[in-house]
Amino acid sequence: MPFLRSPSKEPLWKDEFSVFTSDERYVTRRQFTKFLTLTSLGMFVGNLWILAKAHFAKTPSFPSVAVGEVGEIPVRGVKLFAYPTPQDHCILIRTGEEEYVAYSQKCTHLSCAVYFSAKDDRLECPCHQGFFSVKDGSVLQGPPPRPLPQITLARDSARLVAIGVKRS
Amino acid sequence: MANLQRSKQRRGLVVIDAAMTLVIFLLVVQIWLLSATLETFLAGHTVPVLPAAIFSGLLFLGCLALDLFVTRVDRESRKP
Repeated sequence: MPFLRSPSKEPLWKDEFSVFTSDERYVTRRQFTKFLTLTSLGMFVGNLWILAKAHFAKTPSFPSVAVGEVGEIPVRGVKLFAYPTPQDHCILIRTGEEEYVAYSQKCTHLSCAVYFSAKDDRLECPCHQGFFSVKDGSVLQGPPPRPLPQITLARDSARLVAIGVKRS
Repeated sequence: MANLQRSKQRRGLVVIDAAMTLVIFLLVVQIWLLSATLETFLAGHTVPVLPAAIFSGLLFLGCLALDLFVTRVDRESRKP
């Protein structure tokens, strides 16, 4: 990096290639430090990239999509649907007579599909035994680092409508 | 005279090693910071992203200062 060198009469190659064996320890250490500093610059650029992504990220808009009829599934029963795109698989669970919750089916660990275990009253990921609370999607056990994204539901007379995705 | 030069060189190497250790420490903190920031961002939280970028920049400046320090010590220690 010529712009970091102080002006000296010595050419660059004399700085970077040691003529004497005793100098070699210096050169290797200096070059290693330079390499570490460039790695540090890379980390900083990574942080700036995340900052730019966060700054320019558009607020997502979610469509209203009917996901089922009220009473269509029994209590403790489930129904699968896709929201907001056909690639985003979700699971609708009827937890009580008038209570419905819906979550993304994608495990936050490695994206395996979670299923509802009525026996244990929780959502389970079969790949690495990650368990999620059926109440709010929070992690109960296992490697998932984040809760399951929750699908916001609304009732339109006898229909259940998905109106958004809440990530906590 | 040769002994004095050797002792100067050895001292220079110790200083460079210490600076290098500090750079490695700063880099480990920076790597952790980047992974934590990415994790937080992917979880949908954007508030900690700016302070993390500023702190990462400060860590980089620390590394750069140490690199310049190493270059200076290197040059002075090897001066005949």
